[in-house]
Amino acid sequence: MSDRTPNQKAWWLVLPVVVLVAFNAVVPLMTVVNYSVQETFGDNVFFFEGVKWFREVLHSERFRLSLQRQLLFTGLVLAIQLPLGVAIALAMPRKGPWVSVNLVLMAMPLLIPWNVVGAMWNILALPDIGLLGHTLNHLGFDYNYTRQPVAAWATLVAMDVWHWTSLVVLLAYAGLSAIPDAYYQAARIDGASGWAVFRFIQLPKMKRVLTIAVLLRFMDSFNIYTEPIVLTGGGPGNATTLLSIDLVKVALGQFDLGPAAAMSLVYFLIILLLSWVFYTTMTKGEVQ
Amino acid sequence: MARIRLQHLRHRYRTEAGGEGDWALKQLDLEWAEGSANALLGPSGCGKTTLLNIISGLLRPTEGTVRFGEQDVTALPPDARNIAQVFQFPVVYDTMSVYDNLAFPLRNRGLGRAAVHERVREIAALLDLQELLPQRAAGLTADGKQKISLGRGLVRADVNAILFDEPLTVIDPHLKWRLRSKLKELHQRLRTTMIYVTHDQTEALTFADQVVVMNEGQVLQSGTPVELFERPRHTFVGHFIGSPGMNLLPATWEAGAARFDGLPVDCLPPRQPPRAGARLELGVRPEFVRFAADGIPVQVTKISDAGRHRVVETRHGETVIRLLVNEGEAVPAERAHLRFDPAHTQLFADGWTTAAGPGGAP
Repeated sequence: MSDRTPNQKAWWLVLPVVVLVAFNAVVPLMTVVNYSVQETFGDNVFFFEGVKWFREVLHSERFRLSLQRQLLFTGLVLAIQLPLGVAIALAMPRKGPWVSVNLVLMAMPLLIPWNVVGAMWNILALPDIGLLGHTLNHLGFDYNYTRQPVAAWATLVAMDVWHWTSLVVLLAYAGLSAIPDAYYQAARIDGASGWAVFRFIQLPKMKRVLTIAVLLRFMDSFNIYTEPIVLTGGGPGNATTLLSIDLVKVALGQFDLGPAAAMSLVYFLIILLLSWVFYTTMTKGEVQ
Repeated sequence: MARIRLQHLRHRYRTEAGGEGDWALKQLDLEWAEGSANALLGPSGCGKTTLLNIISGLLRPTEGTVRFGEQDVTALPPDARNIAQVFQFPVVYDTMSVYDNLAFPLRNRGLGRAAVHERVREIAALLDLQELLPQRAAGLTADGKQKISLGRGLVRADVNAILFDEPLTVIDPHLKWRLRSKLKELHQRLRTTMIYVTHDQTEALTFADQVVVMNEGQVLQSGTPVELFERPRHTFVGHFIGSPGMNLLPATWEAGAARFDGLPVDCLPPRQPPRAGARLELGVRPEFVRFAADGIPVQVTKISDAGRHRVVETRHGETVIRLLVNEGEAVPAERAHLRFDPAHTQLFADGWTTAAGPGGAP
């Protein structure tokens, strides 16, 4: 090895990625870090404030409530989408002409732009003219998502389930398709019940894709902004003001750049921490 | 335990009707005696696994019936047939311990704790798995996993039959030999009907009392290892079994005698003169060819050492004839004459023997 002359030109090959990552992630993140420790009154005049904004965010009632709403939303969405997605994947045919039909149908909601999804559900759920809202009221339910917090939440969760369950379905379906026939044959010979097949073959074999599904759904639902802002705008009152909506209010509504920056960093760290917790618990005891 | 009978069985995977080549299994009738050790031998893709899956109930035959004893089980699912099957590639339940893997088939059938424990211990001891019992099955090597698969096949005491589908493919050679003798030993102890699928003649001939040789979805011969060796019914059997395989010489039938290149050759008498236009071959194993003062003139072209004997390759024109010569026996330098043992020389017409079968079978 020692007779090789080091060729530093290879660094040029890495450069595009370095530039891309720098402008895409590092520079914006550092700007936020920069804001989070300073105070500004406009005119590009900044004063150093240390950890003041962080202390403020962590002690703020408003942040705590937004975070609670966010956790509730993500919890509900995961609790519904994962079992539902796996159930649909199990029910989908594994062979034959219906496979591709099903897959295309399943992929449809994922292809719709997020603000369109919000607008669709906004109109669908309108209590007077929306198909869903009107039908519910016609059937005798007192439903008005623009006024009732519970109705707003139900609509929000239903919309996310409609939009994103497909992702879990597709991942789970991929996991199921990768199980060799021999496993099912062995289970039939061993006299395993349908539940045992699910519990001891399908679920363990889907574990990896489900880990990915949980992480993706957790991160996406924890970051969600577009659909709820179009659907409810965070209301009624603050009932559906999730963390991201609150953050935008602080940053762009009130133009409090320092507190907003501190809030984003705390937000980011919470996502990072929870993702790590999910990942380590789900891959624990796995043989590499 | 029960006798297994297959009657007028045919199977194809594609549902639409097609030509004869569509049948993965061409019509066959087979019977395995209760408590026998059997092998299904044939090259890859000959239909062995299909046949095995039909016996276990994983596949339903397109035509024909499967009987266990007197009962028609053709329509029954695997668990109702009470059969065990071990697959070519290891199947283990990853999240369970080795113990739970072995206990799984028993627990599914509602066996009590104590009974499960006793059986699992016994099978684990048999397969040297005792120390691994508390471990997670997922972390084991390929042959460790296959031992678990074998164990799950053997753990139920009351099965009608145990089917093995090339179970030792992934196992190390030295362990392979040991497991094979274990299976044989186990059969002698349990006397459960066993059917062992393999493409390896050594495995088949050492394990089984009765071997079924298949090729291209067809059963060519069913018999004891000795019968397959001494009286192959088909040229494929002659060639597939034995090392080296049977010599096959282009032949003719003239004036009531088989001839090779015009020279008369003594062989087992045909039941009837071969049909005109049939492709005739004379088959004789290298074990039953010897050098003689007169006979078929040949040229010695190659001698290879195979341990206790030597394989001598000779040529008559374009035709290669191999023979075995014991160690220490002289081999002529160049020109020589060969004689065949008439009791072990058969005339084959279109691949099938013309001689009467052993024991008078057709």
